[in-house]
Formats: sequence, structure tokens, C-alpha cells
Amino acid sequence: MNESASIAPDRRPEIAPLFLFRWEDTQSSYVLLYPEGVVKLNDSAGEILKRCDGEHTVAAVIAELQQTFAEPPERVATGVHRFLEVSYAKGWIRDRA
Amino acid sequence: MPKDGSAIALDGQGRPLWLVLELTYRCPLKCVWCNNPLDFDRYASKELSTDEWKDVLRQARSLGSLQLGFSGGEPMLRDDLEELVEFANGLGFYTNLITSGIGLNEDRLQALKRAGLKQIQLSLQSADRKLTNELVGTRAHDLKIDVARRIKAAGFPMVLNVPVVRQNIEQVDRILALAEEIGVDYLELANIQYYNWALLNREALLPSRAQIELAEQKVQAARARLGKRMTIYFVIPDYYEGRPKACMNGWGTIHLTIAPDGAALPCQEVRVIDGLEFPTVREHSLEWLWNESPLFRKFRGDEWMKSPCSGCSEKSTDFGGCRCQAFLLTGDAANCDPACSKSPHHSVITEAIAAASASIDRPLVHRLAGAAEPAELTP
Ligand SMILES: C[S@@+](CC[C@H](N)C(=O)[O-])C[C@H]1O[C@@H](n2cnc3c(N)ncnc32)[C@H](O)[C@@H]1O
Ligand code: SF4
Ligand code: SF4
Repeated sequence: MNESASIAPDRRPEIAPLFLFRWEDTQSSYVLLYPEGVVKLNDSAGEILKRCDGEHTVAAVIAELQQTFAEPPERVATGVHRFLEVSYAKGWIRDRA
Repeated sequence: MPKDGSAIALDGQGRPLWLVLELTYRCPLKCVWCNNPLDFDRYASKELSTDEWKDVLRQARSLGSLQLGFSGGEPMLRDDLEELVEFANGLGFYTNLITSGIGLNEDRLQALKRAGLKQIQLSLQSADRKLTNELVGTRAHDLKIDVARRIKAAGFPMVLNVPVVRQNIEQVDRILALAEEIGVDYLELANIQYYNWALLNREALLPSRAQIELAEQKVQAARARLGKRMTIYFVIPDYYEGRPKACMNGWGTIHLTIAPDGAALPCQEVRVIDGLEFPTVREHSLEWLWNESPLFRKFRGDEWMKSPCSGCSEKSTDFGGCRCQAFLLTGDAANCDPACSKSPHHSVITEAIAAASASIDRPLVHRLAGAAEPAELTP
């Protein structure tokens, strides 16, 4: 199975309504706030979620991050897929209606 | 407020991530387990003004607070609630309202939505009209159910908080079904913390081990059935666990409560401990109160610990338990929490369990100004 094809490239993820995603100065990072907690996101996770705005397709998120990060393009694509899978599973993001 | 088992994936790095504002101790209800101070009526004349609360919010944001709960008492009794929510939302807080539902009419619900309120936690006392009304000392059940439905209709994520006691624990199935039917997102079957009014009524309220085990089975079955649709918090009470709760995630690490008079507290119960001073935001900056005040430094870290906690391998897990419980039940706030089976005072817990199982029909004392006579203050 080709792992990096596990999420269809034309899906447009957005932050789910329970969650608040934003930059937090006092943490120098992006955070995800929700009813019972707070998650601090590392650089790449923040950059991915920032693009989950219901406008970017998964393919567009990957293309932009391949420009941003110095890593080999294949690794960026795999990383984005993995993180989006986790984010869908945790309910942080959903597909734009 | 952080629930046992909820994800705080963010290490606070010494910041007060969770801020609770107790806007007032005033409340139209008289819950028999209320954790507000026994002398709650003394604070009514000292409540912070709207501007003073705004200043607290501003300072807390610059200290790094992110999660905010408006609580009390009944926060709906403050008619500046909407204004404060809007202000807090503008500062970037994730705003939660913690309410009994009394006073949350449709106009105010919509106004809170417009002000940017993110989530509502509603308290309910049972699945049964007669019992709820008995436990809160007035007719409130039907109103609360109506409020619950309107909260969901308005599109808020919702926590339903049901403290679990001997009187309602056998209704767990009905409470689960009611919560599911309403569409609650998080059901918190809350452990009673035995301070203040709850401690006064402990003999009458403490459930038995058999009751708890049965309830736990029902919760497990419901979790399996409901999956992600509803998250259920249910933790075995510390009285039966043999280990204390990791109270507040450690003293002065992530949690900050501001009481109605502006006192900055490491937990909302802490005024039960004698011999501490409780300076307020009227005299000091929040930065000083959090970082420097003797109150917050008193039990930070683990240097204050005594045996058996000081030499215990579990001290970084539970921080030696709750300082208030240690004080109330052993007389010294620096002692190991007696809920721990390693505590030399653990027998006070086993004796309380025995006394509770022997007491058949002890009358309940409702939260009412003056109802706690001095002679009853000690269990
Ligand atoms: C003290 S109340 C204040 C807000 C509001 N009056 C209400 O009832 O939601 C906050 C929450 O604490 C819960 N509570 C009250 N006394 C408690 C106790 N002794 N132990 C555990 N939870 C308690 C209530 O059910 C409520 O969900
Ligand atoms: S727990 Fe009950 S009595 Fe206490 S503040 Fe809340 S509603 Fe009022
Ligand atoms: S002895 Fe103290 S640190 Fe060890 S488990 Fe008991 S309460 Fe926790």
C-alpha cells in the first residue's frame, strides 16, 4: 500500500468547531484549545494545521510544506499524511462541508 | 477545570494555564455538597467590580493563562457576565461557563454566544425531579433539563456535571440515558470532594464500595456502547482508591483560582487551611501573587514534604495528594494526604467509610447562611 496516498488529495480539512487553533505568544508556538484541554503543537504540526482552513486541499498543504521545509519531498508528504490521520482521528479537523 | 484523565498535553512551564474566576459565592441553590466556604455570605460585599475582573483577565493572559472558567457561586447572578466573557474572548482565552443553569434564560444564552463563549458546564444532581430538588433545597430539576436542551440547541459543546453520592449513584443508568438523550458531549460523574458543606454531610453522602463498583461497571458498558459520541469521566473516589488524587496537578503549577474578593488561590478550597494568608489582587499584582507570594510558594515542588511522601517513589505522580484534605483530616497541611494507604493517618478514611455505611438516615444540611454551626465544623 502506498502510505502517502492514504488521504485523498482533494479533501479540504478544516479545524473542527469545538477547537480553537491559534498562535500563542507566551508559548512561542501554535496551540489547540478545546473544552477539556490545551495542546501545544510543534513547528511542523502548527504549519500543517494553519493550512487546515477549508480552502487548502491536502495536495496543496503538502505542496506548500515541501517549499517550507528542507526535508526530501517524499518525507514531507508522508509526515503530512500521518499527522492529518491523527488529527482526523482525534477530531481536531473535519472535511469542509 | 482540568478533569482527571483529560489531556493537558501542554507542560505549563510554571504558568497558570487554567484560570478560574469565582465571580460570586452568591447562589439561589443550597446544594448539600457545595464546596463553597461555610461562611460564603461574608464575601457578598467584597466582590470585585467589572473593571477589577477585567484587570485580572488582562494580567492573567500576560502570565500565559489560556483556559478560563467563570464559576462561583452562581456566575449568572453577575449581570456583567456577558461583558466579561466578551472581554476575555477578545484577549484570546478559551472561555467556559460553569453554571447551575439558574438564570440562564434564552436571551442571556444568545448574548453569551455572541460574546464568544466557547463551552458550558451545567450541574445536575440526579435523573429524578424529586431527588434533584431535595439535594438543591428548591425546585430546580425541570428548569435544569430545559436549560440543558437549550444549551445544545444554541450549539454549545456541553459538559454535564453530576456529583455522585449515595442518594443518586444507583441512578447511574438513568443519568447516562438522560445525558445521551440530551446530546451531552462530556458527562462528568464527579467525585465529591469532601470539604466545606460536603464534609459536613459526609456521613450521609459517601457511597459504599459496592455502589461504586456497580456504577463503574455501568460506566464501562456505556463507554463501549457510546464510543466517541459522549466522553464519560468517572474516577474511583480517593477514599476508596488507597492513593490520593494528584490534586490540582501539583500546588501552584498550572491552576489559579481568583475568589470573589480577589484572593488568588492555588485551589478554590484552600481557605479551609488555618494559618495561611490570602492576599488579593487589590493589593498585589497577579505576577507577584503567582510567582512570589508565600501562599503559592508554600507547597510548590516537593521540599515541604514529610515522610512517607518525601521518600516515596510515587511523589511525582500524585504530589502527596491534597493539602486541604491533609489539613482537615490530620491537622497538618504538610502531612501525606490520609487517602493514601501509606499515610499513618489512613485510619481516618477507613473510619469515615465505616461511619457512613453505618449511618442510615442522617439528615442533610443545606447550604444556607448560618446553617453550619461552629460545633459542626469539624467532622
Ligand atoms: C461549586 S459549583 C459553582 C458553579 C455553579 N453554581 C454550578 O453549580 O455549576 C461548580 C461545580 O462544582 C460541583 N461541585 C460542587 N460541590 C462539589 C464537591 N463538594 N465536590 C465535587 N464537585 C462539587 C458542582 O456540581 C458544579 O459542577
Ligand atoms: S454547587 Fe450548588 S449551591 Fe454550590 S454554587 Fe453550585 S449551584 Fe450553588
Ligand atoms: S506516600 Fe505520599 S507520595 Fe507516596 S503515594 Fe502516598 S501520598 Fe503519594
